Amino acid sequence: MEKDTTTQAPITPDITDSAERPTGDPDFLQAALDPGRTGPVQSGEEHRVKIETRDLRIFYGDFEAIKGVDVTLRDREITALIGPSGCGKSTFLRSLNRMNDEIAGTRTEGQVLLDGESILAPGTDLVSLRRRVGMVFQHPNPFPMSIYNNVVYGPRLQARLSRTEADEIVERSLRGAALWDEVKDDLHKSALDLSGGQQQRLCIARTLAVGPEVLLMDEPCSALDPTATFRIEELMIELKEHLAIVIVTHNMYQASRVSDRTGFFLLGELVEFDLTTKIFEDPEDERTDAYVRGRFG
Amino acid sequence: MRRRWLDPRVQEHIAFASLWIVMIVVSLPVVGIMGYMLYRGASALDWQLIADAEEGLLPAIVGTTWLVGLTALIAAPLGVGAAIYLSEYARPGPLLRIIRLAIINLAGVPSVVYGLFGLALFVIMLGFGRCLAAGACTLALLVLPLVISASEEALRQIPAGLREGSLALGASKWQTIRRVVLPNALPGIMTGLILSIARAAGETAPILFTAAFYWLRDPYPNSLFDEIVAMPYQLYVMASEAPGVPIEKKWATAFVLVALVLGLNLVAIVVRARLRRRRW
Repeated sequence: MEKDTTTQAPITPDITDSAERPTGDPDFLQAALDPGRTGPVQSGEEHRVKIETRDLRIFYGDFEAIKGVDVTLRDREITALIGPSGCGKSTFLRSLNRMNDEIAGTRTEGQVLLDGESILAPGTDLVSLRRRVGMVFQHPNPFPMSIYNNVVYGPRLQARLSRTEADEIVERSLRGAALWDEVKDDLHKSALDLSGGQQQRLCIARTLAVGPEVLLMDEPCSALDPTATFRIEELMIELKEHLAIVIVTHNMYQASRVSDRTGFFLLGELVEFDLTTKIFEDPEDERTDAYVRGRFG
Repeated sequence: MRRRWLDPRVQEHIAFASLWIVMIVVSLPVVGIMGYMLYRGASALDWQLIADAEEGLLPAIVGTTWLVGLTALIAAPLGVGAAIYLSEYARPGPLLRIIRLAIINLAGVPSVVYGLFGLALFVIMLGFGRCLAAGACTLALLVLPLVISASEEALRQIPAGLREGSLALGASKWQTIRRVVLPNALPGIMTGLILSIARAAGETAPILFTAAFYWLRDPYPNSLFDEIVAMPYQLYVMASEAPGVPIEKKWATAFVLVALVLGLNLVAIVVRARLRRRRW
């Protein structure tokens, strides 16, 4: 299910360490070093609560994949979920837009509140939920159609768009996903001709096009090279100005680079959840400590 | 460590040679049959054979075309619809297993049984009479299992990631099927459909009691409920009952029928090749 990444080496909490940084693209290096960009949330700073889970339990048949998770995810922050393969972090993520419903034999108990309202209640409108809580997957999955049609796919599910409306959505979404400049002359070419990193940004653009409030990202960079990964991370930091981002990652450098808060999952339990700096520098739980230092997993 | 009995490179040569021989053996019958028919029927194989006003095959070719066209029209929506239900909507369970088993068994029913069933249901009970519509309905039943399993296979080939991507954008299940799954499964579905039709074109038993005549005063059908003449039945009667047909003509007729079926198969291959050029 989840592939191992090669980056589970002992972690250096110093996020300005440039060893991981891609080379050869001065713009991105510049952007990375630019002190004006949005920094991580500091201790005591609290954004509005966006999603809250209470005693969330998820079962695959008889197997309890998530064993009672209480967590608060905040607006305009990036929350990283880390943990070894099979610990349930993807399952947890997929419960936030009810993608687990698509897997036969899954059962969810407890509460998931989006802006204080339950999304597990019977009669919840999955269409509007998934438009509010968008998702980007591990493997870039653009539809086998043009770039343009990929972006307007979501909006067109709901309404007939005039040519100008559609054009406007395409440009705004592609700009939002930092892809516009690269593809603006090729909008009607197949999305499958893009590189992996571009495809993933297209998937982000496609999701932005329906105007989500929350963006779920399930290991969005694990199939990408370091440069493409870095662009996505830059993009995430831009996007968190407008929405809440929850990212599952195997790459602890990534978690420490981009996220404001980090949750550590182990065997279906949320072992520890705190500010990212705290998790990586001074975790409370010794299992967290062992994991972020690369002693297991 | 003991040495291998055979050097891997020698093994490779042996494997290649054996598989090559298997290929020859497999393709020999097709080439052989076509060649032999051509050899025996060549002298009768001319424009006269097809177009002769009294005894030409044209009416039978037209009749078969009508028959398989109508069969496709009936079998496609039923078969593709059933496949969509089975692969996209049906929940796994005993009921689904029974339905699948029924479809598999349907594919194993001898074609003469379909013919008798068509006679009972369409010709007699529903009162169609022995006609184009009754024959097409019977043939549609015959190819339905093929169309269903080919379509299901094509739907299964669509990566789960595409479905999830669509659902995650707020698409309903049907929107996902309609806009992402079906368009991309179309090459496979079309291929299955054409191959099924090719099979139907050559079948004799199902149309024996339901549609076909050997000779008609007015051989071209004017309505769905008209009697028709059709290639396989023509050949069957020619070969078994009709007096005074020269042997070359029988062989030539057989050749035309096989050529028709192979032609349809060729179309299927071309369609598949054209539509498969996309990637995920």
